[in-house]
Amino acid sequence: MGQPSVDTIWDWLDQVPDPEIPVISLVDLGIIRDVKWEGDTLKVAVTPTYSGCPATSVINFDIETALRDRGIEKLTLTQQLSPPWTTDWLSNKGKAKLEEYGIAPPSPKGEPDRCPNCGGHNLERTSQFGSTPCKALWRCRDCLEPFDYFKCI
Amino acid sequence: MADNALFQFLLRMGDNSLILGHRVSEWCGHSPVLEEDIALANTALDLIGQTQFWLGLAGEVEGKGRTADDLAFLRDAWDYRNVLLCELPNGDFGQTLMRQFLYDAWASVMMGRLMTSSDERVAAIAAKASKEVAYHVERSGDTVVGLGDGTEESHARMQAALDYLWPYVGEMFDSDEVDAAMVKAGIAPDPASLREEYDALVGKVLGQATLTIPTDTFHHKGGRTGYMHTEHLGHLLCTMQWLQRAYPGATW
Repeated sequence: MGQPSVDTIWDWLDQVPDPEIPVISLVDLGIIRDVKWEGDTLKVAVTPTYSGCPATSVINFDIETALRDRGIEKLTLTQQLSPPWTTDWLSNKGKAKLEEYGIAPPSPKGEPDRCPNCGGHNLERTSQFGSTPCKALWRCRDCLEPFDYFKCI
Repeated sequence: MADNALFQFLLRMGDNSLILGHRVSEWCGHSPVLEEDIALANTALDLIGQTQFWLGLAGEVEGKGRTADDLAFLRDAWDYRNVLLCELPNGDFGQTLMRQFLYDAWASVMMGRLMTSSDERVAAIAAKASKEVAYHVERSGDTVVGLGDGTEESHARMQAALDYLWPYVGEMFDSDEVDAAMVKAGIAPDPASLREEYDALVGKVLGQATLTIPTDTFHHKGGRTGYMHTEHLGHLLCTMQWLQRAYPGATW
C-alpha cells in the first residue's frame, strides 16, 4: 500500500467522533491543527479545547486507534498549544450538527442565537458552566426546555 | 542560574494553580446548588489543566527528568512555591468565591502580561490560560457582587471573607531575585507592576459589591519563596498526595 495522501488522512480524521459530543468529528471541532508526512512518519498536531478537558487523552487514543486501523504504522501525535483553540475553528457542518443534536452552537455575541429545540429567542442562562468544560446551561422561556450552549471562546 | 530562576518562576505559576485547583475541587459534591457545584468543578479542572502545562515546562527546564506529576505528588510542603492565598481553607461558599475572585483578578492581569513573554513556551501557556481565566473572573466577580450586595447575612459573610483574605493579597505583588531575573530576560513582569491594574479591577468589583477594603497594609508572606507556608498546606498535601505516597509509582 502506498502512502495515503494528507487529504485522505483528513477525511479519516473527520470520521472520528468527539468522545463527549459524538455528533461532531474531531475535525469539526477544529482541534486537529496539522497533518503532515515526515518521511515515512505521519505527524498529527492536536490542540486541547480547555486545559483540563478530561477528553484530551481519550481523543489522542481515538486518533491513534483510527489511524492504526487504517494501516498507519509510524505515527507521532504532538500537542500544539499556540495559537490557543477558539470556537471560531468549529466547522459550519459541525455547528449545524450541534444544533440538530440540541446544543446551541457558539455565537460571537457570547450567548445562543436561538433555542435549539423550538427556535425561540426568549432565553435565559441558568449556569455559566455545564456538563463539559466547553458548555454552559441555558433555558428557553418559550418552550421551557433547558439546553446546552457551546461556549464561545 | 538563569535556568534555576525560570524553574522557580514556573513552580510559582504551577503551584498557584495546582493548590487552588485542589482546594476548589474539595467542593465537588458539596456546593449549595447543582449549578455552583458544576461551576466549581469546572474551574478546578481548568486550574489543574493549566498546572500540567506550567509544571510540565518546569520539569523540562529543570532537566532532571521530573514530570508534572512528579512535581505535584512527590514534593513536600517546603518545596511548594504557591502564594499563601491559594492554600487557605475554603471556609463557607462566600469565602471560597472571594478567594477565587482575588486570585482570578491577579491571574487575569498576569496572563495578559505573560502573553508577550520572550519565552514562547510561557507565552503559549499564558495565551491558553488567559481565555479560561477571563471566564473565571467574570463568574467569581459576578458572584462576589451578588453576595456582597445581597442580603444582610450574605453581605456580612462576604465582608468577613474579605477581611480575612485581604492580608494575603499583597504577597502576589512581592518581588525578589527570581522576579528580577525574569524581568531581565523579558520572560515575566515585575509582580509589583501589576498592582495598579489589579487595584482598579478589584476596587471596582468590591465597590459594586458594597464591600469595604481593609485599610491595614500589612501582608503575610512566605509562600512564593517557600520560606514558610501556613499549616493548612501540609493537610492539603496529605489528601492530594496520599495515593502516590501509599503506593509509590501507582498508575492506571
